[in-house]
Amino acid sequence: MSTSPVELDEPVVEDVTALATPWVTIVWNDPVNLMSYVTFVFTTYFGYSKSKATKLMMEVHEQGRSVVSTGSREEMERDVQAMHEYGLWATMQKSDAP
Amino acid sequence: MSGFRRHRRSGDSVATFTVFEADLLRSLAAQLIELLRNESATSATAGDPLEELLDFSGPTTAPEDPVLARLFPTAYPDDPESAGDFRRFTESALRDGKAAAAASIIDTLEEAGLPAEPEDGLFIDVELDRAAAMTWMRSFTDMRLAIATRLGVEEGDEERWAALSDEDPQAQVHDIYDWLGYLQETLVQSVR
Repeated sequence: MSTSPVELDEPVVEDVTALATPWVTIVWNDPVNLMSYVTFVFTTYFGYSKSKATKLMMEVHEQGRSVVSTGSREEMERDVQAMHEYGLWATMQKSDAP
Repeated sequence: MSGFRRHRRSGDSVATFTVFEADLLRSLAAQLIELLRNESATSATAGDPLEELLDFSGPTTAPEDPVLARLFPTAYPDDPESAGDFRRFTESALRDGKAAAAASIIDTLEEAGLPAEPEDGLFIDVELDRAAAMTWMRSFTDMRLAIATRLGVEEGDEERWAALSDEDPQAQVHDIYDWLGYLQETLVQSVR
């Protein structure tokens, strides 16, 4: 591989920007899943502490949604699939999306 | 009616069901499996013989049945193309996993002595290690999502169901939904 000419610096900057705007997994409130179960899923799957899992669960419950994980697109696809396995309503999007 | 509790020595989750409760669980699990296989999780490639031969792809659009649409939500709400790709690569595996979880409930109940025809006076004891408890929890969730979607359960609508007559089939189904919620709650507490 050759050294990049100075003119090609800009795409590198774009790569950095892409890394700096990761993806997020969002879990949405539903009238069915129990608070205890949702907390249990967050501790079991993500390895979150009881208090962090409880805080996220309360966000889902009270605000209708919560960002439960952040990372690369591939990682978020894994997380969303896992949430669907557990029966939670999860979606993903770029973290800067409205 | 009793739920799950933690066995003091083994740490397993244990429960004793009447034969009728166990039979009801078996029937709910069987219905879930049937539903999961009902609308086949394959893509609409009919007409393209090459694609049909290379049929490793899953569906790309959300299921028409509202229960299945809830069990397999759209991952990218604002990006149909990515949502289709995600569905193609995940939905078949998710369906298989949910059907396998329901099947393992049936197997466990039958191994614990649930006969083909329930006989009065029989009790079914189940003992679940942590992995099995998680499988049951996932399947209880699927059953509850299915029933709630069919009934139209909403947040804070308890009075609506309480007001129904006992004879109302909707009330009876809602009682089953509540019972599954009770089993789920006690199962979650028992694995803590």
